[in-house]
Amino acid sequence: MTVVPLLEVEHLTMRFGGLVAIDDLSFSAESGQITAIIGPNGAGKTTVFNCLTGFYKPTVGRLTMMRNGEPWLLEQLEDYRIAREAGVARTFQNIRVFSQMSVLENLIVAQHDALMKASGYSALALFGIGKYRTAEREAVDLARYWLERVELLDRADEDAGNLSYGAQRRLEIARAMCTRPVLLCLDEPAAGLNPRETAELNNLLVFIRDEHKIGLLLIEHDMSVVMGISDHIVVLDYGRKISDGTPAQVKNDPAVIRAYLGEDDETAGERAG
Amino acid sequence: MAALGAALRMTSLPGMLKEAGITALVATALLIPVVGFKIVNRGGDQFLDTRWPEVAIAVVLIFVGRIFLILIRNGQFYMPVAGGAVVATIGWLAPMPSAFLKLVAITAGLVIVLRAVFAVFAVRRRQSSGHEIGRGFADNYRRALPWLVCAMIIFALAMPFLPFSERRLVDIAILVLTYIMLGWGLNIVVGLAGLLDLGYVAFYAVGAYSYALLATYFDFSFWICLPLAGLFAGFFGIILGFPVLRLRGDYLAIVTLGFGEMVRIVLLNWVSLTNGPDGISGVPRPSFFGLEFKRYPPEGPESFHQFFGIEYSSLHRVIFLYYLILILALITNYFTRRIRSLPIGRAWEALREDEIACRSLGINPRNTKLSAFAIGAMFGGFAGSFFATRQGFISPESFTFLESAIILAIVVLGGMGSQMGVILAAVVLIGVPEYIRDLQEYRMLAFGAGMVLIMSWRPRGLLSQRDPTIRMNRVGGQAR
Repeated sequence: MTVVPLLEVEHLTMRFGGLVAIDDLSFSAESGQITAIIGPNGAGKTTVFNCLTGFYKPTVGRLTMMRNGEPWLLEQLEDYRIAREAGVARTFQNIRVFSQMSVLENLIVAQHDALMKASGYSALALFGIGKYRTAEREAVDLARYWLERVELLDRADEDAGNLSYGAQRRLEIARAMCTRPVLLCLDEPAAGLNPRETAELNNLLVFIRDEHKIGLLLIEHDMSVVMGISDHIVVLDYGRKISDGTPAQVKNDPAVIRAYLGEDDETAGERAG
Repeated sequence: MAALGAALRMTSLPGMLKEAGITALVATALLIPVVGFKIVNRGGDQFLDTRWPEVAIAVVLIFVGRIFLILIRNGQFYMPVAGGAVVATIGWLAPMPSAFLKLVAITAGLVIVLRAVFAVFAVRRRQSSGHEIGRGFADNYRRALPWLVCAMIIFALAMPFLPFSERRLVDIAILVLTYIMLGWGLNIVVGLAGLLDLGYVAFYAVGAYSYALLATYFDFSFWICLPLAGLFAGFFGIILGFPVLRLRGDYLAIVTLGFGEMVRIVLLNWVSLTNGPDGISGVPRPSFFGLEFKRYPPEGPESFHQFFGIEYSSLHRVIFLYYLILILALITNYFTRRIRSLPIGRAWEALREDEIACRSLGINPRNTKLSAFAIGAMFGGFAGSFFATRQGFISPESFTFLESAIILAIVVLGGMGSQMGVILAAVVLIGVPEYIRDLQEYRMLAFGAGMVLIMSWRPRGLLSQRDPTIRMNRVGGQAR
């Protein structure tokens, strides 16, 4: 491969005591592509995310992010620096919006780092020095852009906790995008959404991929999302990679069918023979 | 319980008397041992005194009160209100065996009136949508807030010169303002950053001792010591903050409580520096731009009354101290308001909401928490040095856990993060008990009762309104 991928995961292994949650996993994700990680419950998908975003330190392995032509070794960075410097943003399986802050404030907090620098770490802006006003206006503009995209602009001043479940999911994606990431990790974004909301989510993710050319990493159980929009799928089972390829390839991989449908070796053998 | 309440909803007269009678009977059984007997010391021997009139009055009060409560339950309005007013008036005018009983009778009457009013409100709210009324109140409050703030600042500025202000009232106002300032300082840590700090008094102590030591050892003036004391306290905030960075909630509360006690015990035992339990006396008083408040100043600079050519009065210093703490408190308030809409303030609030989400957005939780600890502690230090200069004497006894608890109570009862709530709670918790000091030991009882009442009526604090720090659509008022 001549082009260096956006994210390169090599020999990732995560052990919790005696339990091996991820076993020697290697895959890569590209800019401008949606990479999905699927697998049965307990396959270790969320653990991969937690390793990528620094919430866990992997037992073994190397995770390399490319940002602005510079490599960042994620396994050596603290979690908040992964978001700030390596440009990895994420959403959570159980929604984590700042529920007692307004929708707009949620998106402004996401631009904390840029605003901190513009405000002289808040100290200068306290006395009205510097160009914090301009920076804040720019932050609001970015927030407005994403609120329009996720159709929450008219609810910008409401408490985030008052939004419906689906709206909170969209807000979380908008908030992650406000950090200006190069890789967006989505942990089951379609969980709890109705079919119409799921279709809207698909459009949003495709829009992010095509317009912003960033990489998306997706954990999802809803196959209409995974098969509909992914460019590349990695299948995990018991912490091991069992398949890796395009949706069409993965769909017909006997190992995947076995993992999902629990076909035993005998019947699988009969059909093959 | 609910079924019983429904069955008794419409109670007839005999039923009413029966219920009130049972209540009075239970009360009598409790009151005889608790109130009926009193151990007194006479000439070294102990005697048992009886207080039957008190018991009788209390039982009557309970009987009457129960009847009115039943009437309220039956949907009556005017009778309980009138009855409550009558009870309060009788309590106020009739001779009572003790001042406390007087207070109880008046409070009981007022509580009955309030209950009746609340019952009517509750019915109305059930008829219309409850949400609407809550929102209406919030909107009115938001619209009235600028006027309210203006009125309060004007009142605070004019307060010492109003006709009813005597020395004692100004003294109480100084005390209340000190607690308001401490409340606003702690509000940064607890209300904004969500770090439950039970040892806030440690920073108050550090500020007070820094001022006292710097002023007595090095003869620095108040205006040099004040920022230094704030810096020391802020530095202490960082030192104490480091070990507790990874703790949250209850665990954080316990550790900060321990730190608060450690600071006090160090002050108590480091005799060579702090003079131990004897404390530091003769802490210099602040001067008005170099003019001292003394009747006969030592040679050299003139004193305040000579410079302005007015009669000497000990009130001058009290009024000066009043304005000093007023300005310090207003600075604290202004700072908090301002920092809420700056990135660091928003990060504090986000940290309170969800630390993990903060990390995923690139917010450094360590620096954010430490800055909250340091800035909260700094204002505690300012308040501490004011305390030292006002008292002229400090000892570790002033910095017990009870102080931390009271400051925290002010913040929590006022409504976490609410600036106005802190004022209200400080007046209720500090001003009122201080004003009714004649009641001696009963004032702590009133303090406790006040806390219970506030928590049962407004469990989220007196004023728990939170306004967004920035708005997309400016219809709801300007961005603040």
